[in-house]
Amino acid sequence: MSQQHSESSDTTTGTVRVKRGMAEQLKGGVIMDVVNPEQAKIAEDAGAVAVMALERVPADIRAQGGIARMSDPDMVQGIIDAVSIPVMAKARIGHFVEAQVLQALGVDYIDESEVLTPADEAHHIVKTDFTVPFVCGATDLGEALRRISEGAAMIRSKGEAGTGNVVEATRHMRALRAGIKRLTTLDDTELFVAAKELRAPHDLVVEVARTGKLPVVLFTAGGLATPADAAMMMQLGAEGVFVGSGIFKSGDPAQRAAAIVQATTFFDDPAVIAKVSRGLGEPMVGINVDTLPESQRYATRGW
Amino acid sequence: MTAPVIGVLALQGDVREHLAVLRDQGAQAVTVRRPEELAAVDGLVVPGGESTTMANLASRFGLLQPLREAVAGGLPTYGSCAGMIMLADTVLDAPAGQQTIGGLDVTVRRNAFGRQVDSFETEVEVAGVPGGPVHAVFIRAPWVEEVGPGVEVLGRVVGGAADGKIVAVRQGHLVATSFHPELTGDPRVHAMFVELVRAARARGLGSDGATAGADSEGRASRE
Repeated sequence: MSQQHSESSDTTTGTVRVKRGMAEQLKGGVIMDVVNPEQAKIAEDAGAVAVMALERVPADIRAQGGIARMSDPDMVQGIIDAVSIPVMAKARIGHFVEAQVLQALGVDYIDESEVLTPADEAHHIVKTDFTVPFVCGATDLGEALRRISEGAAMIRSKGEAGTGNVVEATRHMRALRAGIKRLTTLDDTELFVAAKELRAPHDLVVEVARTGKLPVVLFTAGGLATPADAAMMMQLGAEGVFVGSGIFKSGDPAQRAAAIVQATTFFDDPAVIAKVSRGLGEPMVGINVDTLPESQRYATRGW
Repeated sequence: MTAPVIGVLALQGDVREHLAVLRDQGAQAVTVRRPEELAAVDGLVVPGGESTTMANLASRFGLLQPLREAVAGGLPTYGSCAGMIMLADTVLDAPAGQQTIGGLDVTVRRNAFGRQVDSFETEVEVAGVPGGPVHAVFIRAPWVEEVGPGVEVLGRVVGGAADGKIVAVRQGHLVATSFHPELTGDPRVHAMFVELVRAARARGLGSDGATAGADSEGRASRE
């Protein structure tokens, strides 16, 4: 095959399209928290589209307390070596050096996460500075658009990770959906005011109003524990789900992981959800969000 | 003539983007998650996504064998990225036991260009797509390492570390690209595929392919 040889061929990495496009490939899938290579293999075999490498799942972070930080690079590397699916990892909010380290390790996506202890009380990471893409949490539309303007290529609800209680994720998904729907009803004059109220860039507000959706992929995270939880989030408009403690804190992780994957694909088919929900054993023990002291609420971290 | 019905395998991945381009190209685009939905299409797109997840779900829901039979039976099928992996007869760097639909006589290497930080955009000249090079988006993309005698190479990467790697192929009714034309707004690769489906349907081959999905004729062999 003869091809003309051009050394000057324009090949670019780290573009907005490549970062957002990566999240498009994860749609309809389940991203699972794992703390070691064995769990990562179980997740991959169960049909996870990606794994989130972290040292402790949120339920243990809550139980043990202390400062939660980026994972040990050896642990992240071990998980990268163990699976062929994408590997994500968490950096503390505002901790741009943890993010630099994770990028150097070769992780495929960084979660700037409220589950870890924030490293900066005012500033999030400037994510446009990085080649690796970022996912960030949001409780409502304004927060989502602020993260996107900083360079987030994917958004997830915050929920209350580690509780096994889906109520906060539901609140965030409904708030995001309602916020988007409201923008589509406003005229050009009103969109200026909406941008001010949302504390979000006007151009992003206009884009959401025109398209009726976020400019990046929207997943759900926080408190999902059952196949029905995952399917409910998909019916509320999520394009995929993160499951943290819900899998490896349950009685039969492999089977529960596979069941949640199947319920996410067939989220609109109750017969399938019923079938995969049978015989899963014990779900994770939950925490009632109302009993959490304010200092232990993750959703209030980030701004 | 009515619009051809083209299914997008909707187990996981960037299904919506493919549906949108196919509709713009005049096809009636539908999602396919069940054998009976597969049996009703004139052509199929296997989208980008995670090939391990798609294979897992196809297998658990009894769709893998109907897919193999439909593809072997002549159903026009286009795969982008993970879709290319799903159509390949041989896959390198896959987890042990990863199954594919197969039918395309190629050897594909998963994540061949590297991890996400190596994902890139470039221009690729694609044979059969007129009007200059296609702007190609590669995301943790595979490449084709070897092609069988019946496989036509449609495009290669030019320049850079991966210079000359095969990233677009065709074998009769099967087309595959390592990159994602569904993400760029350039409809020409899909237009080529929709034409292929129209032509196959005009010859009556498309309906044979669709029927093959519904019964057990033409069992796909996997060497």
